[in-house]
Amino acid sequence: MLLEVQDLKVTFSTGDGPVNAVNGVSFGIDTGQTLAIVGESGSGKSQTAYAAMGLLARNGTATGNVRFDGRDLLHLSQNDLNKVRSQEIAMIFQDPMTSLNPYMRISEQMAEVLTLHKGMSKRDAVSEAVKMLDAVRIPDARARITMYPHEFSGGMRQRIMIAMALLCRPRLIIADEPTTALDVTVQAQIMQLLGDIRRDFGTAIVLITHDLGVVAGFCDRTMVMYGGQVMEEGTTEDVFARPVHPYTVGLLKAVPRLDREDDELQTIAGEPPDMSRLPAGCPFSPRCSIAKPRCEGTRPALVHLSDVTGHARRRACHAELSEVA
Amino acid sequence: MSAPLLSVRDLAVTFDVQKRGAWPWTPPMKLHAVGGVSFDLAPGECLGVVGESGSGKSTLARAIIGTVPSSVGKIVFEGRDLASLDEEARRVHRKDVQMIFQDPLAALNPRMTVADIIAEPLITHFPATPKAEARAKVAELMERVGLLPNLMNRYPHEFSGGQCQRIGIARALILKPKLLLCDEPVSALDVSVRAQVVNLLKELQRDLGLSMIFIAHDLSVVKHISDRIVVMYLGRLMEQASARTLTTRPRHPYTQALISSVPIPDPVLEKARVRPIIEGELPSPLNPPSGCVFRTRCPKVQPSCATTRPEITDLGQGHLVACPFHAEQPAFATA
Repeated sequence: MLLEVQDLKVTFSTGDGPVNAVNGVSFGIDTGQTLAIVGESGSGKSQTAYAAMGLLARNGTATGNVRFDGRDLLHLSQNDLNKVRSQEIAMIFQDPMTSLNPYMRISEQMAEVLTLHKGMSKRDAVSEAVKMLDAVRIPDARARITMYPHEFSGGMRQRIMIAMALLCRPRLIIADEPTTALDVTVQAQIMQLLGDIRRDFGTAIVLITHDLGVVAGFCDRTMVMYGGQVMEEGTTEDVFARPVHPYTVGLLKAVPRLDREDDELQTIAGEPPDMSRLPAGCPFSPRCSIAKPRCEGTRPALVHLSDVTGHARRRACHAELSEVA
Repeated sequence: MSAPLLSVRDLAVTFDVQKRGAWPWTPPMKLHAVGGVSFDLAPGECLGVVGESGSGKSTLARAIIGTVPSSVGKIVFEGRDLASLDEEARRVHRKDVQMIFQDPLAALNPRMTVADIIAEPLITHFPATPKAEARAKVAELMERVGLLPNLMNRYPHEFSGGQCQRIGIARALILKPKLLLCDEPVSALDVSVRAQVVNLLKELQRDLGLSMIFIAHDLSVVKHISDRIVVMYLGRLMEQASARTLTTRPRHPYTQALISSVPIPDPVLEKARVRPIIEGELPSPLNPPSGCVFRTRCPKVQPSCATTRPEITDLGQGHLVACPFHAEQPAFATA
């Protein structure tokens, strides 16, 4: 396993008491694989990634085990962690405008990465940066590299972010909602680009998103989160074709599909959970149509399923498989 | 088709934009947000308007509701031209047209209780309404949109996004409008809540016989709720057809590109799809391309596209397409 997360918990101390954003999440990703972490707002999908990267807000604490290539990321010194974060794991955020420095030319921002981490000369660094901008298909990269972030469109800025993430040839990219702020035609371009990068560089990608459509076309494995916990995980084909958790079933039926004539969307009753007042049992139990008294009291463990397809599969639900459909 | 409730003819909206650092006396640049858009809306119909950001879809809504400074063209609502209305008649018009906004929390005054928010349009237009009657109406509407009436004395921040959107819907309905303009009403909501609000809007439209204009960038949602769809790009109408025709047999290259860009939550289909992805991004509306505005990204572009603005061709059954080189292409081609 390239990245292995075990029993990760994230707690924020707030004025209203502790908020448990992530409650015992475990997953792994191999070299060159793509994993989707799917969930709605507040499901803990982003905080899982931030905790693993040591990027939590100051009032947040993470416990558990996060191993990247054998090293425990939660207990690395700041220096070592910086090295891992700069050279081996890269992150792409939702809003490229807020992650680029508006006062610096693109050339300086990109060259800085290489001069700092690879000890390159400024000239070599800039020419390497131009190469990377070419790779993410920014037209006329050599001339445009001296421009400022605001001179680029949203899609181009996201390409620059991706180019910057690739500069040190990371082995893992964590992309947090990379296309949510973009128009759909541009989203298609960026997803295609990420696919090409994965193929050409063999980079493993963790894609954090709420968009089931994007996941379907891109990821090998899919992990569904709700209320800070993993609901189910499996190959993308299995999760979409045969969901084994009532939440996933509901989620898939709540999405209108362009290729189908659907009359009424099926809804999941109720509202997303209040993370400071999670039920003792399954976080989805207040909205679950097949919940039983047991579901409210005891939290279902995330267990491996012996699936007919033979692919690794996990889920956290008390209900019998035959009840979930 | 019966007489349309709303008919829009050659609507064009321009904004003045002052260049940064320009002299105060330099004439401002013209931003053409909407240009030459025409459509009819029948009573009880839901018209979807789709487009990417900058396509002019929100400006279109603002022009209909009468909050843009300058527009050319005609907007006729129930037989009356909006431009000819005086202040008083405009007030009456506003009562008939209500709007729902994208950000549900931002659209509600944080210092007002839910009851006051929902009742405000009623008090504004009928100041003589007795308090008890207003409260009874608020309670009835809250129930109608799926909120507990005993929450009416709470403030917006105590509600979730989906509930805030329901409050916005209740406020829009209290005057019994004839036309409901929804500007990206579900884009800010989570998937599971989005389906609830979409279903609610659909149900209200059916039960109350409302006419609706549903503006969104998400074609899947628009297709689900609309009878007819208008596709816009850079302020211009590209294609207009029934929701079914538009999503199964699109004719305009832009509509085809838009559909092929929409991901389908089905891994088997999605990985087999052949998708011609269009390059580039929306050009600046300050300096739109000559001729056809889509030509800079169009896969079927011809030399003549740069010189002549495409005529709108009627293919019958209300299917309009603004491209002389339109051709049928299966919406979901797979290898």
